[in-house]
Amino acid sequence: MTREKQLIRAYGDRRDDGIIQISFTLPVAASEKAKEAAQLYCKKLGLTDVKVAAAERAADQYTFFVVYARSPVIIDYNEIDTPEIVIKKLGFYELNEFIEQKIGRKVVVFGACTGTDTHTVGIDAILNMKGFAGDYGLERYPWFEAFNLGSQVPNAELIRRAIEKKADAILVSQVVTQRDVHKENSRHFIEEAKAAGIVGKMTLLLGGPRVDHKLALELGFDAGFGPGTKPSDVANFVAHQVMQRLGKEEKGTHFEGEPT
Amino acid sequence: MSGLFVTDAQIAEARKLASEITDPIFELIARNTTISVERTVLRWFGVDGVGNLGAPLVNLMCDRLKEAGVLNKGAAYWYGRALRMGATSPLDAVERLTAAPLETLKPLAPAEEAKLRDEVRAEARAAVDELKARVAHRNELKTKFPMAAAPHKYVIVATGNIFDDVDQARAAAQAGADVIAVIRSTAQSLLDYVPQGATTEGYGGTYATQENFRVMREALDDESRKLGRYVELTNYSSGLCMSEIAFMAAWERLDMLLNDAMYGILFRDINMRRTFIDQYFSRRICALAGLIINTGEDNYITTADAFDAAHTVIASQFINECFAKRAGLADWQLGIGHSYELDPHKPDTLLLELSQAMLVRRCFPDAPLKYMPPTKHKETDIFFSHAYDVMADLVAVWTNQGIQLLGMMTEAMHTPLLGDRYVALKAASYIHRAARGIDQEFTVREDGKIADRARFVFGKALDLLRECHGDGMVAAIGRGRFGDVKRAETGGKGLDGVVEKASDYFNPFLELMEGK
Repeated sequence: MTREKQLIRAYGDRRDDGIIQISFTLPVAASEKAKEAAQLYCKKLGLTDVKVAAAERAADQYTFFVVYARSPVIIDYNEIDTPEIVIKKLGFYELNEFIEQKIGRKVVVFGACTGTDTHTVGIDAILNMKGFAGDYGLERYPWFEAFNLGSQVPNAELIRRAIEKKADAILVSQVVTQRDVHKENSRHFIEEAKAAGIVGKMTLLLGGPRVDHKLALELGFDAGFGPGTKPSDVANFVAHQVMQRLGKEEKGTHFEGEPT
Repeated sequence: MSGLFVTDAQIAEARKLASEITDPIFELIARNTTISVERTVLRWFGVDGVGNLGAPLVNLMCDRLKEAGVLNKGAAYWYGRALRMGATSPLDAVERLTAAPLETLKPLAPAEEAKLRDEVRAEARAAVDELKARVAHRNELKTKFPMAAAPHKYVIVATGNIFDDVDQARAAAQAGADVIAVIRSTAQSLLDYVPQGATTEGYGGTYATQENFRVMREALDDESRKLGRYVELTNYSSGLCMSEIAFMAAWERLDMLLNDAMYGILFRDINMRRTFIDQYFSRRICALAGLIINTGEDNYITTADAFDAAHTVIASQFINECFAKRAGLADWQLGIGHSYELDPHKPDTLLLELSQAMLVRRCFPDAPLKYMPPTKHKETDIFFSHAYDVMADLVAVWTNQGIQLLGMMTEAMHTPLLGDRYVALKAASYIHRAARGIDQEFTVREDGKIADRARFVFGKALDLLRECHGDGMVAAIGRGRFGDVKRAETGGKGLDGVVEKASDYFNPFLELMEGK
């Protein structure tokens, strides 16, 4: 079957003008020559009609640029595979009702920043009562039982506690990403999870500002949640996972808001 | 002008409650020492360097004293004994002591004991004088190259490599930064030793080491001379080595330290007793060395909600102030922490943030205050993020914050790029320049939203202080009253490093700093 193409370019002021905006710093003193360097740099990126809008002395030996230019890149929007949406994302009250009626017990979730990571911002946003951007955290859902173990929790400890409470899902948050420490620790978590025999039984989720679904799958998690994730996204995902593990929903069923 | 909001009598009541709340903690502090306090004492005598396996000598020596059950007499006493055994250098002293049969070593004759203490006291006095001379050198530079007007723009570098940090810090100073903070490597607070030497590998930041302090201060001294404007340096005196870091920072002429009486307990799960004892000794050093401390109340409203928990910030500030004053710190040294953290999707947040910042200013009129930028509700639209930070810039200048950590438009994405820092500095300089003096032009009505909110928050803070007063600090922390975090008195890390002082405990530095 051949699909019709839908060719798109960046939209600046009119269709297909390809205009994009970028900013960057070059390690040279601000000067006309530095501006030329920015021009050249952008041309080598494949951009045309390069306009160096700002070239500012960020420090003695550094110049900060803001550039507008045209990108010749064209992509076929129809080439991108996105799963078919079959289930609507449920809101706070609807999801509680859904769990009450379809699952009939509380969904148990454990979360922590594991390894050396001390940044609980992400896991707190998802689990704490308050939630994030007006979207309630899992602790607020009467049909979720959420345990937030905080930061610097050893992977094995998180897994042990989750097994003790027969958790449905474990959320691993990784904020610090310097030198890919998040990947290393996430791999370690999966090794521990395999050793504990919970892979495929509990839903294992990875979250953080530099995490995406693809990376999480590669590392062996069931899903990955990146920046902008709302607690309700995680809540919906976990509830559907439980349904699928209980055989009450077909495996691989897609729904609105799932990580892709 | 900021409003009055509350009466002087109400503020005095809050202060009195805070003072009485901390009374039992000071009994605990007086009765006990910690292994890290004792390591600090040895460092002050000049015990530096590491042993064969890379462990700092001060750790080797204090571990040995603790194992022998004699640390309760104070490391200074044992240092004196080593000198009387004929030690010719601090290193020699460590070697003699770690080899000595400490368990069976008999006390000296009373006259000899007294002589030992006098000798060690004299050496401590000389070491204190040397520290004071170093501090005087820093103060000379500050007088010669005056700082720009407050709010002092504070930015962070965090490359993991001290030499890269130097490049970034110089660039930030050239772009207008007044204070440079070198973020520590993730989880350094949980190390029960201070790494040695210049470091080039770190995670999420750069290790705090004495050599790293020296390298960065030297670069900033140079930059200050070039700019004709003094640039301050700050680091983190928190975690299991709180007082050792304070000493190293003082010695290397740092200007400021993050130093909170309760932060380690709440956010790093460090044992309560350990933290209270360590913070006291560290703050004594800060007082002596003229270091400005930054307290960490801003952290409460990254875990708890900024709207609901605003009063916990105020209550904790009074407690932190009390701990600080009782350790000898003066008002000008109190960078009392708070932050701009309300959910920007809600209405009235500028008014509410102004209210909170004005209330803090009202309660602590003579303290520089340390204002923190939004982080919790930061999303990754950098353009919105930049506008959001600018509002914090406005509140900072309006309420005369002494120190303002600048928000970064890439918060919640990555550690700041050089260009991110530049953009933040440029915007903050503009807002400060444009709005300086605005507080003198506008009077806040006492019957409006700002004043109502301030009175409400202060009232709840008083209630919380009364609760802590009734049930004790320990119980209040146990109930999660601060930052929604619950901690038990004997829980957390580092309790095994707390040692009850013997009746003949000896710490000449503490004697000197307490003026006894």
